[in-house]
Amino acid sequence: MIEQHLLLKRVDFIFVHDTDWEKILQKSIHRPKQELINELISSELKGRGGAGFPTGLKWKLTSEANGSEKYVICNADEGEPGTFKDREILTRVPYKVLTAMAICGFIIGSNNGIIYLRGEYKYLENPLNEVINEFSYFCKKINLDFTIKIFMGSGAYICGEETAMFESLEGKRGEPRNKPPFPSVSGFRNKPTVINNVETLAHTYTIFKYGAKKFYDLGVQYSRGSKVFSISGDTPKPGIYELELGMSLQDFVDEFGDGDTKAVQVGGASGFLVPRKKFKETVIGYQGKLVGISLPTGGSMMLFNSSRSMYNLLDNYLEFFREESCGQCTPCRIGCQQLLAGIKAVKKGERPAPYLEKLLKLSETMQYTAKCGLGQSVANSFASIVENFREEMIY
Amino acid sequence: MELHKRIVELADLHGRTRESLLPILQGVVECENYLSKRSMTEISKELDLPAAEVYGTATFYSFLEFRKMGKFTIRVCKTISCSMKGKNQILLAIEDMLKIEIGQSTPDGRFSLVETNCLGWCHKAPAMVINHEVFTELTPEKVREILGVYLKKEI
Repeated sequence: MIEQHLLLKRVDFIFVHDTDWEKILQKSIHRPKQELINELISSELKGRGGAGFPTGLKWKLTSEANGSEKYVICNADEGEPGTFKDREILTRVPYKVLTAMAICGFIIGSNNGIIYLRGEYKYLENPLNEVINEFSYFCKKINLDFTIKIFMGSGAYICGEETAMFESLEGKRGEPRNKPPFPSVSGFRNKPTVINNVETLAHTYTIFKYGAKKFYDLGVQYSRGSKVFSISGDTPKPGIYELELGMSLQDFVDEFGDGDTKAVQVGGASGFLVPRKKFKETVIGYQGKLVGISLPTGGSMMLFNSSRSMYNLLDNYLEFFREESCGQCTPCRIGCQQLLAGIKAVKKGERPAPYLEKLLKLSETMQYTAKCGLGQSVANSFASIVENFREEMIY
Repeated sequence: MELHKRIVELADLHGRTRESLLPILQGVVECENYLSKRSMTEISKELDLPAAEVYGTATFYSFLEFRKMGKFTIRVCKTISCSMKGKNQILLAIEDMLKIEIGQSTPDGRFSLVETNCLGWCHKAPAMVINHEVFTELTPEKVREILGVYLKKEI
């Protein structure tokens, strides 16, 4: 039986302040590791960076991996256009992220934590280091061997891709690796690594504090729990909101739109543009057998009203990808360039409208042949914009 | 501080392995405002890495500049939310006030102007950073005020 979508519901787990982290850390490291893993698995928490991999499974696989040298990495390279929630989490409740990292270390058998912080958030480095010092002091006090260091990025979106992040941490160009092997067996320094998004770690804190059920009871089938959304664009309420998963886009627009919403970009430039006519049938959540279209997202929601040109949107996204592509694989490197040149040519009338079909085919090819998620995801926005707003692409 | 001394100091702090490369490159940019051929050669010697490898890594990252930047690098976000909330007006205001275009530096070496991608302040667009300080909800008026403050700083 397929569950109905939920009405929009605000929850408050992530940003609510507590002074319990010391208690929760101590309690957790005295629980059996298998129990902690089972707690995460039964919560059905999925990665909140955009890819949505089951977190419990990730920690389980890494704990089972061979080797005594393992790593816990917090992916704070938030760079998807329209996403700014991780910055807020690290500013307001960083101790939740640190506690989660330490518990993860305990479970998988690692005493090495790294926070890869994007260069654009350099101003967070000092305040975060202060919290880390306080955290480390407590860890020493309770004889927990877990160090956390910050590694600063230097302005490269692709370094948010997990294997590119390992390359960057190792002092190289941030060029994604082939998968398999997956990080749980071969990650940073080719050792078993848990790499999680900032928000994902904050949610594990909630789960270790309140138990899996409290998290699981929110959301819908395949999309349990709450998610922090970054909302911007043509909206009277821009900002960060923690909402239950499983809402329909129509309810979302009713709450956050400005009354004239033409389209919503779900999931940033790597995501999908949903036109007004599809709001009702679109649900925000991970893939599953939901009614209509279900869209996973890192939480970036950008609203556009009728004054906005969808051509300008696509041009902006393609320019972004063309620039941020690492360049190592031909489908992405050349594909991004050609898609951008292509839509410009059609818009100027230098190519006839049917050329758009060729470009759509190209984006599909990129989806199947690009080495990493960047090249594979360009088709998402390309196809959704061109197919739904074809008339705006043409001279 | 003299370049070679600075690099040794950075290597003492971050180590002399391949993994120390990025923090050291960042440290050099912090004090020199760019990476010269000489600095990369010095780093390659200090870390015992091929200079080509140092160059290869350095050129990947957009915050590691290869032309001499001003004391204050202005990075204006050009991604979609900022773009539709008036980024171009902000750029015009900066260009008009400082008499430079994107990619240029003022003759006195005080400012450089570049565009950058999503800074993570979309709900308060348009946004820019000057070195590491972020400024949001910009208007041409606000920009002139901010630059006025930076014009008075010592360089």
